[in-house]
Amino acid sequence: MATRIFGSGIKRREDPRLITGQAKYTDDFVLPGMAHLAVVRSPYAHAKIKGIRTKKAAAMEGVLGVFTGKDMKEAGFGPIPCAWVVPGSDTKTPPYRPLAIDVVRFAGNAVAVVVAVDRYGARDAAEAVEVDYEPLPAVSNAEEATRKGQPQLHAEAPNNICFKWNVKGGDVEAAFRSADVVVKERILNQRLIPNAIEPRAALAQYSAATNEVTLWVTSQNPHIVRFLLSLDTGIPEQKIRVIAPEVGGGFGSKIPHYPEDAMAIFASKMCGCPVKWTETRSENYRGTIHGRDHIQDVEMAATKDGKILALRAKVWANLGAYLSTASTGIPTILHGLMLSGAYDIKNIHEDVYGVFTNTTPTDAYRGAGRPEATFMVERLVDLVAKKLKMDPADIRKKNFIPPFTEGHTVATGITYDSGNYAGTLDKAVTILDYPGLRRQQAERRRKGECVGIGFSTYAEICGLGPSQVAGAVGFGGGLWESAIVRFHPSGKVNVMVGISPHGQGEETTFAQIVASELGVSVEDVEVVHGDTERTPMGWGSYGSRSTPVGSGALMGAIAKIREKAKIVTAHLLEAATEDIDYEDGKFFVKGSPSKFKTIQDVALMANVAWNLPKGLEPGLEASAFFDPPNFVYPFGAHIAVVRVDPETGEIRLERYVAVDDCGRVINPMIVEGQIHGGIVQGIGQALFEGAAYDENAQLLTGSMMDYAIPRARSFPRFELGMTETPTSANPLGVKGIGETGTIASTPAVYNAVMDALAPLGVEQVHMPLTPERVWRAIQQARR
Amino acid sequence: MKHSVSVTVNGVRRKHEVEARLLLVHYLRETLGLTGTNVGCDTSQCGSCTVLLDGKAVKSCTMLAVQADGSEITTIEGLAADGKLHPLQSAFWEKHGLQCGFCTPGMILTACHLLAKNPKPSDAEIRHGLEGNFCRCTGYQNIVAAVKEAATRM
Repeated sequence: MATRIFGSGIKRREDPRLITGQAKYTDDFVLPGMAHLAVVRSPYAHAKIKGIRTKKAAAMEGVLGVFTGKDMKEAGFGPIPCAWVVPGSDTKTPPYRPLAIDVVRFAGNAVAVVVAVDRYGARDAAEAVEVDYEPLPAVSNAEEATRKGQPQLHAEAPNNICFKWNVKGGDVEAAFRSADVVVKERILNQRLIPNAIEPRAALAQYSAATNEVTLWVTSQNPHIVRFLLSLDTGIPEQKIRVIAPEVGGGFGSKIPHYPEDAMAIFASKMCGCPVKWTETRSENYRGTIHGRDHIQDVEMAATKDGKILALRAKVWANLGAYLSTASTGIPTILHGLMLSGAYDIKNIHEDVYGVFTNTTPTDAYRGAGRPEATFMVERLVDLVAKKLKMDPADIRKKNFIPPFTEGHTVATGITYDSGNYAGTLDKAVTILDYPGLRRQQAERRRKGECVGIGFSTYAEICGLGPSQVAGAVGFGGGLWESAIVRFHPSGKVNVMVGISPHGQGEETTFAQIVASELGVSVEDVEVVHGDTERTPMGWGSYGSRSTPVGSGALMGAIAKIREKAKIVTAHLLEAATEDIDYEDGKFFVKGSPSKFKTIQDVALMANVAWNLPKGLEPGLEASAFFDPPNFVYPFGAHIAVVRVDPETGEIRLERYVAVDDCGRVINPMIVEGQIHGGIVQGIGQALFEGAAYDENAQLLTGSMMDYAIPRARSFPRFELGMTETPTSANPLGVKGIGETGTIASTPAVYNAVMDALAPLGVEQVHMPLTPERVWRAIQQARR
Repeated sequence: MKHSVSVTVNGVRRKHEVEARLLLVHYLRETLGLTGTNVGCDTSQCGSCTVLLDGKAVKSCTMLAVQADGSEITTIEGLAADGKLHPLQSAFWEKHGLQCGFCTPGMILTACHLLAKNPKPSDAEIRHGLEGNFCRCTGYQNIVAAVKEAATRM
């Protein structure tokens, strides 16, 4: 049984409610007497608030209240906490008030809220709130913001520098001095807007009698939200219940504890009724976090035969106007420590400046720090290859860390768990028929076509992570997980977990694990998540951690269930506990498998407790916590084939091959789905997506009409392959797969386009590679 | 001033007095409580709110409830018949054509109209036909596979 369920692509348990419209997302909830909240936001990127006139709005029909930042402060609501302060970086943490009081620092910064009996009325009244602003000069570019004479956002952060952090390994100066070749590039890893298709929402129900609040919220981590709310609302943690019902995608953008969570609670408290806020998409573009936005000056040193000696980088990371929940950890720990990628690079030095600007705060967006590292390394490796006239596959093979299973420590100081990088590249090259494809490319080039092949051989860090490391790197929480396995008298099972999946399918994969390990059918297992009152403490779903860390906790609970089942079986079969074996759902005396008890027999007896060994507690339930000994490091090789039309600059993706290794695979259908989605998001960065601000720090790409989200017609059918290199960082040997596609695909496609354009003399085009930019670069090169 | 709207939604006749500005999607979600139809944007791009109006896929966020007067509407809640999933629903399930599920109702109803117009579409025709619907999770590949699979069963 074990082998049949584990590793099989069974259909998802989540889907029946999702395909019939019965799933309930936050905005679908309606409570008796519920009012609606609308937010008044600053149209200016930087301005003093001279006054707010609320009378007209407050007098409108159906309006229950209009509140400002001062009202919220007086009611005891504090600034939104920043949950990550990296040690040794001298990080400044200016207060992030949910409603700005004296100064607004980005276009979209909230200044007041209106509560009204219906959705449209709240919106009308919000427009009637009059705010007097005195506009101030604004800055949106992180490097510019650090120069003299630029607008200053926070008094505590001179030159807008929030932190300065660095990572060093080996002797970079010496390596550059001894190098035969050095390549340099300025990379603009542009700002992206996550665009989970479900906008955010928060529904708060506060009870004055008990000082308790329930918050339904679009969150990837309800337990973290509860913890942080206890710090800024003044309501003690045990009186806060946070429910993340169905959540329509997150990609990191639903990790943070947002100002609107606190606003909804505040409004419910002030108005004495449940209050719901639902973000419009236009609000989402300004009020929900953005991702990436690095300016990177990078260089790589190598020998003349293509051995990479060193990597050096200086990075300006744009943090936006305030610190979002995890923002400072993204361009530091999750970025700088991964600069080695899949390669043996002995000397690394990176300086990172975290910078405040008059823009929407940035935080984790799918990949979170690793895409910014991977793009850098993958691009530099290609530049070295080009300079040395080496094949991009060959230079990669020459520099890969050799296969390892027991850990490999890289120059940045972290220890990868397991890897076989050449293995994935070999497989990808075979799927593609690489030599044949290069021949075809040469022929097509002779005919005047622009065809390119691009590689990305990544290794990334996920499955966050050991709590001790979390503490050492300044993360304000733990990173373990928990699970409760509860057998009912009928032999059916509830599993309560601290993770909070929102599309990744763990209701299915976790049921598969329980089914394979304990001999119940998948249908008999119900996985409960996303509610702080129904699930044990856990740190949530992000950083591709739900399966690697969450399954560790689940396996712990399963082991305890098995132990107890053995005790009960031994008692019932009048044998010694140590003589009881387990196989395929049956507990039996060693050597006589025909005499057995099923887990269902044991569940019934343990629950009715008519005949249990003396002193044994009734019930069949176990709870476990799992703190992993290490992160996990999935890896793979992606290859893209593109054709560029030199007359229009249009790029056509012809083929895309992805070979990934996420250790043991529980459900291949779900794993492939994660890879597909990740690839498209990463290609979105390479080809389509990019936030743009004007000189007043106004967002120009403020809607789905202006910001190009990838559509179905832009992609060929992806060709996937898999290798399995287990990890020892968790009991099942599984690694995370939620972000690899995004991490890998951006440089693969970028490198392919640059390969296509190389014969035309084009050396660099900044992302996204829109037809206009590509066309202009071609014209420039022809001159 | 309120206006009268009479519509047949999922086979049931409904009549309400509504504000002229009430969007069809809010009429469905808030007046009728049919929350299977989702709102993903405010510029008519994402397609999450797609319903069938007299058999045609329309974005219900881009239409006023009063404009739907006299029409027949099918939402995701009304697609399964006699307790059996519609072939598109079961194909989305089998082919893993959804992850978070938020775009799924709109995707399925758009595909419904697509297959009515073109019962045996190619991959390219499906990808073109889903032009007005965003999915941020699946990368579209399994959605295309699901629509193709459903076409063989309809």
